[in-house]
Amino acid sequence: MSPIVQGILTIIIGVGGCIGYFYASNILLDRVIFPPKTDDQGRNIRRATMVRPWLFLLPAILALGLYLVYPVVGSFLRSLYNRSGNEFVGFGNYVQMFAEHGFRVALFNNFLWVVFVPAGATFFGLLVAQLTDRLKWGNIAKSLIFMPMAISFVGASLIWKFVYAADPDIGIINAIRDYFGAAPVDPMQIPFWNNFFIMFIMVWMQTGFAMVILSAALRGIPEETIEAAIIDGANPFQIFFRIKVPQIAGTIVVVWTTITFLTLKVFDIVYTMTGGNFDTEILPSYMMDYMFRDDGRATAVAFVIMVIVTPVMIWNIRQARREL
Amino acid sequence: MADLKLSDVGKTYGGTVEVLKHIDLDIEAGELIVFVGPSGCGKSTLLRMIAGLEKITAGTLEIDGQKVNDVPPAQRGIAMVFQSYALYPHMTVRDNMAFALQIAKKSKEEITASVERAAKMLQLEPYLDRLPKALSGGQRQRVAIGRAIVRDPKVYLFDEPLSNLDAALRVATRIEIAQLKEAMPDRTMIYVTHDQVEAMTLADRIVVLANKGIAQVGAPLELYETPKSEFVAQFIGSPAMNLLPGEITGTGTRTKVKLAGGGTAVSDVPSTEADLGLKVNVGIRPEDFTIAQQAALYRGKVEMTEALGEVTLLHFAADEGAKEPVIAKLPGIHKGLRGDEVGLAADPSKVHLFAEGTSLLYR
Ligand SMILES: Nc1ncnc2c1ncn2[C@@H]1O[C@H](COP(=O)(O)OP(=O)(O)OP(=O)(O)O)[C@@H](O)[C@H]1O
Ligand SMILES: [Mg+2]
Repeated sequence: MSPIVQGILTIIIGVGGCIGYFYASNILLDRVIFPPKTDDQGRNIRRATMVRPWLFLLPAILALGLYLVYPVVGSFLRSLYNRSGNEFVGFGNYVQMFAEHGFRVALFNNFLWVVFVPAGATFFGLLVAQLTDRLKWGNIAKSLIFMPMAISFVGASLIWKFVYAADPDIGIINAIRDYFGAAPVDPMQIPFWNNFFIMFIMVWMQTGFAMVILSAALRGIPEETIEAAIIDGANPFQIFFRIKVPQIAGTIVVVWTTITFLTLKVFDIVYTMTGGNFDTEILPSYMMDYMFRDDGRATAVAFVIMVIVTPVMIWNIRQARREL
Repeated sequence: MADLKLSDVGKTYGGTVEVLKHIDLDIEAGELIVFVGPSGCGKSTLLRMIAGLEKITAGTLEIDGQKVNDVPPAQRGIAMVFQSYALYPHMTVRDNMAFALQIAKKSKEEITASVERAAKMLQLEPYLDRLPKALSGGQRQRVAIGRAIVRDPKVYLFDEPLSNLDAALRVATRIEIAQLKEAMPDRTMIYVTHDQVEAMTLADRIVVLANKGIAQVGAPLELYETPKSEFVAQFIGSPAMNLLPGEITGTGTRTKVKLAGGGTAVSDVPSTEADLGLKVNVGIRPEDFTIAQQAALYRGKVEMTEALGEVTLLHFAADEGAKEPVIAKLPGIHKGLRGDEVGLAADPSKVHLFAEGTSLLYR
């Protein structure tokens, strides 16, 4: 069978199947399970109404279960086996991992990332959103700041590789140092601080995201509350921190947590910048090091990441829901 | 305690859009002034210029004898109550009221005392620890007023404070504001409203704004009884004053006018011989008409009646040469007038005369 026919057939079966499913399941619900004909008509209609949303949700729940829950369980089980997957080792992978220096460095670095990247991006985003609010050329500034969002992590990293390049003819940092007569350094090899240089790339990329959301939130603040504060004698700083920021606190939390779990997933930047060398490893890049070499270890790391991300995510969804 | 003086004040937006010009107004300390005028005439703009939220682009504003054009709002000794309440949504009622004092770095005891005093005055004590969203509209407006009181300003500014409330609450809050004013006789208040009843009942003096300027300033009844222009005459009072075109045929301490519709009106407004033949509009308020079989100045067919119980409105066809239909407001209930030919008369003391829009009284 030619692929085109196959494709068309798939679409027909898929879409037709969906329509058929909703149609048939509704008939089943209304005619067979809770028919409104019998004596307790009202009660049956009410019951059918209660069941119907679940009927519609069922396919989605099944699909999500298949693609999300099963992999989680599967990964967890895999992390309990050895490297080749034929021997049950219990929590052996976890024990080994936590004992290892490399993992602990990655965990600590990841901690730094989670603290500084969302804080930095949210802070700069809020700053830009506030400063550009009343400017004529504010929208141009915003577009420029938003642009890095459209670049892939690898692309952005390549750009910054040039910025950080040790050769004064290429890297701007060393060009400046060179101008003042200082010897070139490789920022990627300065222990501890190299983490921050790499993190800055992520901040640079996420500031645009924070700015767009927070700018919209700032515009949503009723103008009168600000005028009332002006009459009450508040200066611009007090207005910003005591009137504006508290009113968009919910949005700030959503932005913060969204960037947090984006940060917990990113591995490409570290991978491109240093390949995890010079003690810049973070959990996702550490996981990638083991992937395909030792799947037991890799899935164990994946599971640790998931455990860290989940509470942030729950908080994020809660806040986002309250905002909407 | 504070008098305001506006001299030749004007406002131009963006250098081209002129909204107000040549506003001259003296407000005495302790007065309650009400700004009224058609929508978009610049009432809010003028109020916001006094508050300092809007730049004064021409003329000077003095508060207590001091020019304050460039003084920031907080130092002008004013407080403002907004139509939308403008409460800080993230602060409790207590913090909302305390905010200005906290900014002014007042002591804790002083803040607590001021807030409690205001809360007591406005019966807000049970709600001090609630957030604004947990309050009703009337309660929110009281908090907004409380926020103003706490600062103990010399001048209170209100921009349509009651227009978001329902009718019953509006009456109750209006009375509260009147009582508030009575409790603070030395505080000046400026109040913007659309509502005639609010204007008439609250004001010491009403300022009617129109055509970028002040149409008339005066005590409520002064505006009602001796309006300066057709505009003010029709703006104050509801339904609006009837205007019937005519020509002066007799002068002296009383003026006689032959109406285009055929009748003759007599007014207590004096005129000189030079006025003979002058084209005028005769203004008569609907409530000043009485039914008269003889000596009627207007005669017409009742096209429609509106019975409101306490009064009955009779709508007639527009008089010859007049733009609007004639309306009469009779006290009590009158049934079965519809379709009848009815004659209307008015006491000469209630008959106004306008030439080219201006009252003959103010020539
Ligand atoms: N920023 C602005 N730029 C240009 N024109 C403005 C601006 N703000 C207000 N205006 C104009 O100024 C005029 C007066 O506005 P203002 O809000 O003072 O009217 P108002 O008398 O309070 O009306 P309302 O009774 O509807 O509240 C309006 O015609 C409005 O279009
Ligand atoms: Mg207004």
